[in-house]
Amino acid sequence: MQAITTTKTATALHISGAEAIIRCLLAEGADTIFGYPGGAIMPVYDALYDFREELHHVLTRHEQGAVHMAQGYARASNRVGVCLATSGPGAANLITGIADAQIDSTPIVCITGQVARHLLGTDAFQETDVMGISMPVTKWNFQVTTAEEIPEAIAKAFYLARSGRPGPVLVDITKNAQVEKFDFAYTPCTNVRSYVAKPKIDPEAIASAAAAINEAERPLVIFGQGVTLAAAEEELKQFVEKGNLPAIGTLLGHSALPTDHTHYAGMPGMHGTYAANKLTNECDVLIAIGMRFDDRVTGNLEYYAKQAKVIHLELDPAEIDKNVVADIPVLGDCKESMACIAPLLHPRPRKPWFGKFKELDQMEEEKVRQGELHPTEGALTMGEVIDKMNQVTQGNAVIVTDVGQHQMVAWRYGDFKLDKSHITSGGLGTMGFALPAAIGAKLGAEDRQVIAVIGDGGFQMTLQELGTIMQTKVPVKILILNNEFLGMVRQWQQLFFDKRYSSTEMDNPDFVTIAKGYGIEGQRVTERDKLPEALQTFLSHPDAYLLEVAVGKENNVFPMVPTGASVSDVRLE
Amino acid sequence: MKEQFTILVYTENKVGLLQRVVSTFSRRKINIESLNTSESGVPGIFRFTIVVESQEEWVRKTVKNIERQVEVHKAYYFRDEDLVYQEIALYKVPTKVLAANGQAEELVRRHHARVLGVEEDFTILEKTGHEIETEALYKALQPFGLLDFVRSGRVAITRPKRDWQEYVESMEWELQQQ
Ligand SMILES: Cc1ncc(C[n+]2csc(CCOP(=O)(O)OP(=O)(O)O)c2C)c(N)n1
Repeated sequence: MQAITTTKTATALHISGAEAIIRCLLAEGADTIFGYPGGAIMPVYDALYDFREELHHVLTRHEQGAVHMAQGYARASNRVGVCLATSGPGAANLITGIADAQIDSTPIVCITGQVARHLLGTDAFQETDVMGISMPVTKWNFQVTTAEEIPEAIAKAFYLARSGRPGPVLVDITKNAQVEKFDFAYTPCTNVRSYVAKPKIDPEAIASAAAAINEAERPLVIFGQGVTLAAAEEELKQFVEKGNLPAIGTLLGHSALPTDHTHYAGMPGMHGTYAANKLTNECDVLIAIGMRFDDRVTGNLEYYAKQAKVIHLELDPAEIDKNVVADIPVLGDCKESMACIAPLLHPRPRKPWFGKFKELDQMEEEKVRQGELHPTEGALTMGEVIDKMNQVTQGNAVIVTDVGQHQMVAWRYGDFKLDKSHITSGGLGTMGFALPAAIGAKLGAEDRQVIAVIGDGGFQMTLQELGTIMQTKVPVKILILNNEFLGMVRQWQQLFFDKRYSSTEMDNPDFVTIAKGYGIEGQRVTERDKLPEALQTFLSHPDAYLLEVAVGKENNVFPMVPTGASVSDVRLE
Repeated sequence: MKEQFTILVYTENKVGLLQRVVSTFSRRKINIESLNTSESGVPGIFRFTIVVESQEEWVRKTVKNIERQVEVHKAYYFRDEDLVYQEIALYKVPTKVLAANGQAEELVRRHHARVLGVEEDFTILEKTGHEIETEALYKALQPFGLLDFVRSGRVAITRPKRDWQEYVESMEWELQQQ
């Protein structure tokens, strides 16, 4: 496919802008795109018809679904996700997903149709200022008003989406530009003069970082999604092994280091592990890698790792010193900087330090994990569902989560042996993300088992995408952990608002019947002893499958760092 | 503590970039006191001069966020002592007052204002200087029945040779290419 496109583009073709758009996508290696047609993008859909063999277009049920699918595709494959929408309402419906991709640094290219050039600014039918609306939530956006501009704009879009700190870009293309014919030739973009994709690494920073780590008695690595985005999982492994460093992973960094790795030491943040939170305030050197010290990770910054020397390996200069001041900033691609630092590290035993993690983990085991993972009576817990599911997946599945309690539980208790296996909406916390993102993830990583773990609330935000599953027959697994509440909000109401359950209880439909309506098999489990078999059926079924598990209505997620508290004040109950 | 800072931003000349730059301030709820933009000494590269009042930490982070924009080459912030800066102000006063009143004429001379044009009804005066100076003339002219007054944003130049010049020199070859 690739070869055909290149030869075709080598000689100039006289084609429409719409056809040029498709040829650009093919030249960039796109095989699957997600979208929804409408007036201002119709010429592109018409051109797609001729390319339906080469370019698989997934018709979603809502544009928000399309953008989340593109995100899931990108995150499971480390490739650029592509989505397509019409002007006005179509483009506006993309915005939530674009904002999500912006804050979670996901490389996606969104192409929107726009009214014809002569109608711009006239309040024409389905005209909206998509450039203005998307500007604050895109890495870059551009409006094309003539066919000639298309190849350069799309080439630049792909380059900017995937290079440097990745992010969403949007190209808005007026209808006349889609219709006009021109001589098409495609050259990929390899640089933009005002833009630095990869800052040069300062050798002095490397040396100081290595020296500080070698001197450390109680070092702690905290890694984020930067590791995954840089495809630096192997470098991370070697880095922590060579230095003998305990490593904790943020919500988005999770699965960059296998959860059963010898040096994996838990997760930081609001619902992270007890040891990781407590010991962040006891380490002497904190080595942050490809992460941005989000407030959900740090808690109150006044009391965050104040005792530690902070080393920050980061690609984006704007992240350095943004929330936590780095004593040793190491600006650059963490794949390169880790590879430079690792050979300089001298492993030290640090037995008492590793021992502390064990000790605190034991406290969490007794106070939290036992009850959550191995209850013998009462309602099912979310934790035991994930724990039992691990036994079937063996930690090899991609788990895509929505937002809420189930998200924290799947992160905390899921086993992850492979990278790019934990996909969630972190920075924006977008309910409704999981179902479409899981569809995209499955299409981006077809050889992986993909499981969407969703709450009863979030599922109802984008459940229309069951229609996409029906039509494309993508075999994703949908696990609904149903507590009949907007659980995470209810938990806060219980803990911080005197249990005043304002608008959080849900009267839910029969999810299994809904799935049936879309031709998707499913079952609901309410009994503990039925769970293992149901999970077997769920995961061995050849097609998509919906498993709903009724879990305790008022269970809480612990440990917890209350908002505004120090990570040292992490609560076990 | 709030202080006054001048931010210089060098950008490509692209539609919408102004909005991207401005929104980095509005996101942090920093009010822009003045903003001036025009082509810089390097053809095709635009230069913004933005004056804000804010805490240094916020300004520093905002400047990094501006620089993060794809089509921004460089952004810097300065305190007044690092800059030579000027504003221009125009004043419209009734011609008959100026002509009849020696005091007014004396005022114009003392403030080093220039006469740009004289019409039958009104005279346009121009003064360049710092904000306090243009403001002082404004106050002084008010009793004479000032008809209109307008002040430009600040334009500024840095005192020592700064990164930008070095950046431009290193880019020279590349800039010529495009
Ligand atoms: C689009 C959107 N609206 C509102 C919220 C606020 N919110 C965060 S978690 C949550 C509850 C989620 O409930 P559910 O999907 O049932 O999951 P659970 O917490 O019960 O596992 C809500 C409403 C959000 N994150 N996203």
